[in-house]
Amino acid sequence: MSPDIQLEHSASLANKVFIQRDYSEGTTCKFQTKFPSELESRIERTLFEDTVKTLNNYYAEAEKIGGQSYLEGCLACATAYLIFLCMETRYEKVLKKIAKYIQEQNEKIYAPRGLLITDPIERGMRVVSFECAWLCVYACKSISMGEKDGGRREEVSKQE
Amino acid sequence: MSAVMITRKVRKWEKLPGKNTFCCDGRVMMARQKGVFYLTLFLIIGTCSLFFAFECPYLAVNLSPAIPVFAALLFLFVMAMLLRTSFSDPGVLPRALPEEATFIEMEIEAANGNVPAGQRPPPRIRNVQINNQIVKLKYCYTCKIFRPPRASHCSICDNCVDRFDHHCPWVGNCVGKRNYRYFYLFTLSLSLLTIYIFTFDIVHVVMRSVDSGFLNTLKETPGTVLEVLVCFFTLWSVVGLTGFHTYLISLNQTTNEDIKGSWSGKNRVQNPYSHKNIIKNCCEVLCGPAYPSVLDRRGLMQEDSPASETSPPSSSSMNSVPQTTHAMLCLQKTTAPLIPNEHTPDDVKPSIADSAEKTPSPKEEESPAPKLPPLASPETDAETSIIKDKAH
Repeated sequence: MSPDIQLEHSASLANKVFIQRDYSEGTTCKFQTKFPSELESRIERTLFEDTVKTLNNYYAEAEKIGGQSYLEGCLACATAYLIFLCMETRYEKVLKKIAKYIQEQNEKIYAPRGLLITDPIERGMRVVSFECAWLCVYACKSISMGEKDGGRREEVSKQE
Repeated sequence: MSAVMITRKVRKWEKLPGKNTFCCDGRVMMARQKGVFYLTLFLIIGTCSLFFAFECPYLAVNLSPAIPVFAALLFLFVMAMLLRTSFSDPGVLPRALPEEATFIEMEIEAANGNVPAGQRPPPRIRNVQINNQIVKLKYCYTCKIFRPPRASHCSICDNCVDRFDHHCPWVGNCVGKRNYRYFYLFTLSLSLLTIYIFTFDIVHVVMRSVDSGFLNTLKETPGTVLEVLVCFFTLWSVVGLTGFHTYLISLNQTTNEDIKGSWSGKNRVQNPYSHKNIIKNCCEVLCGPAYPSVLDRRGLMQEDSPASETSPPSSSSMNSVPQTTHAMLCLQKTTAPLIPNEHTPDDVKPSIADSAEKTPSPKEEESPAPKLPPLASPETDAETSIIKDKAH
């Protein structure tokens, strides 16, 4: 790998932080609330922890095994699960709430600080990723500037 | 030579790695080998058709019309459960995107420190504490992730599946978190259906023999003999399987864990997922929430495919180089750099310079599947064609 591409690669990595799952209570969906050092200069610890804790609460609500989930399960079983063709499951309803919450958080808190949260469902519920919002802008700029830098980029790709 | 890219919208299922087949524009997801699944369908539908044709008219008149009605309901339930198990996503975990894969690689290297040249790097394992038990999470070389607890990689479907139970050829799909309860209800209802048909076959033969004699009965309803044969052999296997899965559910274990003996033995960790209460375990497995699929099969994505030079491209005004940069940024499924270690097969090491994906090491196989040569996944072809274009 040429040094230019290596630099580009590590620069883009520094712009993404992945919050991993917390398995201390089993396989229920929960994310670690430990504040990563890479975000220290970007966002306040309390805001970050609030966001992750709220997400954890939403997932706990979705996966709660109680009266409502039993009712949903039994009703669905009695109809040979055909009822799911017309009805939304409780989990899907909570996922919509989560998507709305993340969008709200991005607009109000994270975008002003140059960060962007990705919904965990897009990463297979494995990680919550915080990425630098400027990366998208940078990429678009490099495309429009491509005609000027075209020669240099072609040279770089030939070295691979 | 300039390459021209045409951007088109494709459904995400078309670009998913793994060895699944998709139907109905991504709504149906199955394994590649479907022969045994067709056999299952044939046996169930065939036997039930014979039952409705030969036994039901006689029994409805001479015993009760409720008999065929109940048989029909049971048959429909069995089919619904079978199709639900076979066609749904078992809980496949999507592979890590390049940034996440590289982030994990960096974490592993940081944890292992500098390994002196010539020494084997330590195995990629992460220890987590679950309900005060230490559980080891293994790294999947194909999916480039640390597998969540209870997940396992299916070598037949080439996917990591959450709460992997087993790959069932009879349903033509893996059995995992999302479709385990449908699988269990399928085996349970099939057991009931088999017992039901078997019982009423015997009742029918006995009742008819009283009137016309045993041999004449068999001549009048030849279907009965076939049904009894099928039901007799099915009974032992399906009822046994249902019993086995009932036992697993009561202990909150998967078939995979049971076979590997993960929680058995004195020196082993006790099952951290069990609630130590049979009813609670059953409720969690059978009445838990319906988990959504994290594979967005029907979502749309941009795909840049190289067009032939003779065709008039719509975007010919743009320079080819920024388009390829755009293609690299937009193409979501590129492979992360493969770092060779002791698990990389020897015949593969020379080709590590290529960006082809490798099949997992033999340790990760849990079901006796025939060894298949590593197949190039769709995105590898798209990616290599883009790289070739960049080189022009």
